[in-house]
Amino acid sequence: MKTYLPPKFIIERDQYRCTQCQACVSQCSFDANYYDAEDDEVRSREENCVGCHRCVVFCPTNAITVRENPSSYRRNESWTHEAIEDIIKQSETGGMLLTGMGTDKGYPIFWDHLLLNASQVTNPSIDPLREPMELTTYLGQKPDMVKLTSDSTDIETEITNQIKLDIPIMLTAMSYGAISLNTQESLARAATEAGTLWNTGEGGLHPSLRKYANNMVAQVASGRFGVHSEYLNMARVVEIKIGQGAKPGIGGHLPGEKVSLDVSATRMIPQGTDALSPAPQHDIYSIEDLSQLIYALKEATNYTKPISVKIAAVHNSAAIASGMVRAGADIIVLDGLRGSTGATPKIIRDNVGIPIELALAAVDERLRKEGIRNKASIVVAGGIRNSGDVTKAIALGADAVYIGTAALIALGCHVCQQCHTGKCAWGICTTNVGLTKRINPNIGTRRLTNLLNSWSLEIKDMLGGMGINAIESLRGNRLHLRGVGLSDTELKILGVRAAGS
Amino acid sequence: MKKLDKINNFYNDDKVIDACSIFGMMDTSGKCFSGKDIIKAIANMHDRGNGLGGGFAVYGLYPQYADFYAFHIMYFNHESRARLETYLEEHFYMLRAEEVPTNPTPNILKPPLVWRYFLKVRGGENSEQRQQDDYVVEKVMDINTRAKDAFVFSSGKNMAVFKGVGYPEEIAEYFCLEQYEGYLWTAHGRFPTNTPGWWGGAHPFNILDWTVVHNGEISSYGINRRYLEQFGYNCTMQTDTEVVAYAVDLLARKHGFPMEIIAKILAAPLWSEISRLPEKKQKMFRTLRQVYGSLLLNGPFTVIIAHQGEMVGLTDRIRLRPLVVGTKDSMLYLSSEESAIRLVCPHLDDARIPMGGEPVIGSLQNPLNSRKTAIQDPQSKTGEK
Ligand code: SF4
Ligand code: SF4
Repeated sequence: MKTYLPPKFIIERDQYRCTQCQACVSQCSFDANYYDAEDDEVRSREENCVGCHRCVVFCPTNAITVRENPSSYRRNESWTHEAIEDIIKQSETGGMLLTGMGTDKGYPIFWDHLLLNASQVTNPSIDPLREPMELTTYLGQKPDMVKLTSDSTDIETEITNQIKLDIPIMLTAMSYGAISLNTQESLARAATEAGTLWNTGEGGLHPSLRKYANNMVAQVASGRFGVHSEYLNMARVVEIKIGQGAKPGIGGHLPGEKVSLDVSATRMIPQGTDALSPAPQHDIYSIEDLSQLIYALKEATNYTKPISVKIAAVHNSAAIASGMVRAGADIIVLDGLRGSTGATPKIIRDNVGIPIELALAAVDERLRKEGIRNKASIVVAGGIRNSGDVTKAIALGADAVYIGTAALIALGCHVCQQCHTGKCAWGICTTNVGLTKRINPNIGTRRLTNLLNSWSLEIKDMLGGMGINAIESLRGNRLHLRGVGLSDTELKILGVRAAGS
Repeated sequence: MKKLDKINNFYNDDKVIDACSIFGMMDTSGKCFSGKDIIKAIANMHDRGNGLGGGFAVYGLYPQYADFYAFHIMYFNHESRARLETYLEEHFYMLRAEEVPTNPTPNILKPPLVWRYFLKVRGGENSEQRQQDDYVVEKVMDINTRAKDAFVFSSGKNMAVFKGVGYPEEIAEYFCLEQYEGYLWTAHGRFPTNTPGWWGGAHPFNILDWTVVHNGEISSYGINRRYLEQFGYNCTMQTDTEVVAYAVDLLARKHGFPMEIIAKILAAPLWSEISRLPEKKQKMFRTLRQVYGSLLLNGPFTVIIAHQGEMVGLTDRIRLRPLVVGTKDSMLYLSSEESAIRLVCPHLDDARIPMGGEPVIGSLQNPLNSRKTAIQDPQSKTGEK
């Protein structure tokens, strides 16, 4: 069948600069560049190009420009290019459209409508270069109060399972299989060096990464891949994954081609079989079931690990979160509409869930209203792009954030949304041996620790500007936020005042 | 004096912003002295205020009624007084009611009626102190949030707050404070930036026998307030000071912490300092900070917190607002400026500036007798730093 799809990108090769070295040919894992030996010329198959810029970056003479195909259909606000092309694709394949990464739709990004405060005159700003500035955060359940011994020299209240983070930024769940082992190793090492946590995702723990288990969140998802007692007991935190922002309400599917020998051993499934994560956890059909699983995991780890529960941000998040806390979760993770994934049906990614900012504001407020905010820490994920977003999230009420896409971009990802194809030219989202070598864990670790370091410097600067020298004084301190361009209802949900008021 | 409860934060800003002078003096042997010196001292820092608020707290001035809650109430007029007195009669046993004596002072304009009452909780003789106190807090909050024309600004036993709009020395003259005697006095001169000033908004801020005078702007106000709301404290006055007072009430009265520990919650040691403590202390201070992180007061402040038998001076962790400590025999002085102390006590045994976040505690239980025991060193008690 002849495809009716035009190429998405135009690849221009400056013939004057091009030396026919064929770097772009070997770099492109989508077969969009080839060498024509007869004409001794490198050419392109533009219909294959996904715009990942691997060839652009690696062309030694900067001969390549990749840009969006400018040819356009008749302008139509309703029938956009995307709407038309999605239908073309479906009429040619007959299947669900799959995609990777988070939604690229223009839903409001509330971070960009929230502004931070700074001190002027009535109180001094604090210079983080000269004064201590504390980002240390402890995740986990806190008691309502502390009881001292009668002579006030010791505490009677034992407080357990507190997870210390040097920076309130963690690396989110990305499973081995969805991402390459080198990528996961980079994440694990960076988290360990930066004093934060990384997350196995639902794919179990590869033996070579055991040494980073002390900074690891062990995920337990509906497929239960790679879950065994040792795995749970090695981790710092055990996380039950109920949902994911990029695909609320549906399960996961790692195609058999990606289930190599190593992946199969880590996931504890036969090589080459599809790894199917059911949509719900089949032992959790209700809140009391969640409670049972939480306590089963607490039992399995002898009450030495905080149990985290991750949900996608959906309409009733506040009520659900309150139930999760009452069910015994020590940490709740909210993954917003813009959260990413290795593979998801496009229609779900782009239409289901709510923005993380609103979910966070609603959940924090609800837990405070019910007097149980101290019973669980709140971690948010899904669309955190920079340290400004992190700082605003904390002011709205988060204890910490998870980053995923931002971390992958640090490693090379250009957000081409082809993660589901297994062909990631940057060697991140693939198990193809040739491609995975493109990530060198030494360099990857450095790129990630650099990113975390620069964000923490920036957060300290913003805190100092607000006249605050400890992150806990910002957490939930919404008076340091103002909204611009928001409706009264949105302001009310966010619990912030309009700028100028 | 209209709508007493609404006027404090006139423009509905995040909170009331003000700066100030503060002074506190205590005879740790318990001997009572008149207000003459503290009036002189606070007047010496006249320029730190702008005449929109001044006030004093005195402890030990009603020994004859030491078992009675001494309510001091501002009224709009006599009708509002009559209405509120019916309420008080309903909920309390009233030993005595009288107008607080005043002295016409040229700069004190349109003062409210100020009355005082010596009260006991009705039927409360057999209940525990904490229950009686809770009852009083509840009633004070009830009056102050509901009654539009009455405001309880002092509610402790054997102590009183006198405050209003004016410079502190004018307020002192108006309330004839030279005639009272107490063993512990604190004073405050206010410089509000975003409120026209109203009588109830002046410092000291009081609940039960706790008083707070405060200089500073707390950048953590938003979260301190949200945290306290979870425990039923409604911060209706929208001032930092109110937050400090409620925090202390929660920590001292409800959670049972001594002042040394409370200081380490409000101005928590740095994590790096905690990590250098001996094992047991480390655990204790880490736990306190983990649990009470939302009560850390961040941003510049100096407070003098007082209650029966104890006066505490405390600054923020990096001391962004001034505090000077002076001692002479059994006297402890706390002030924004050293000159104010020297004015009333030129030959101090010792004058010093405490470290940021280090509480200076004067207590009847540990009187200062000689220079050697100078100020009770909180470090030696908590093993801090
Ligand atoms: S490497 Fe990426 S940008 Fe370059 S041709 Fe291939 S798909 Fe297109
Ligand atoms: S991980 Fe790879 S495939 Fe996925 S968006 Fe990034 S570069 Fe593209």
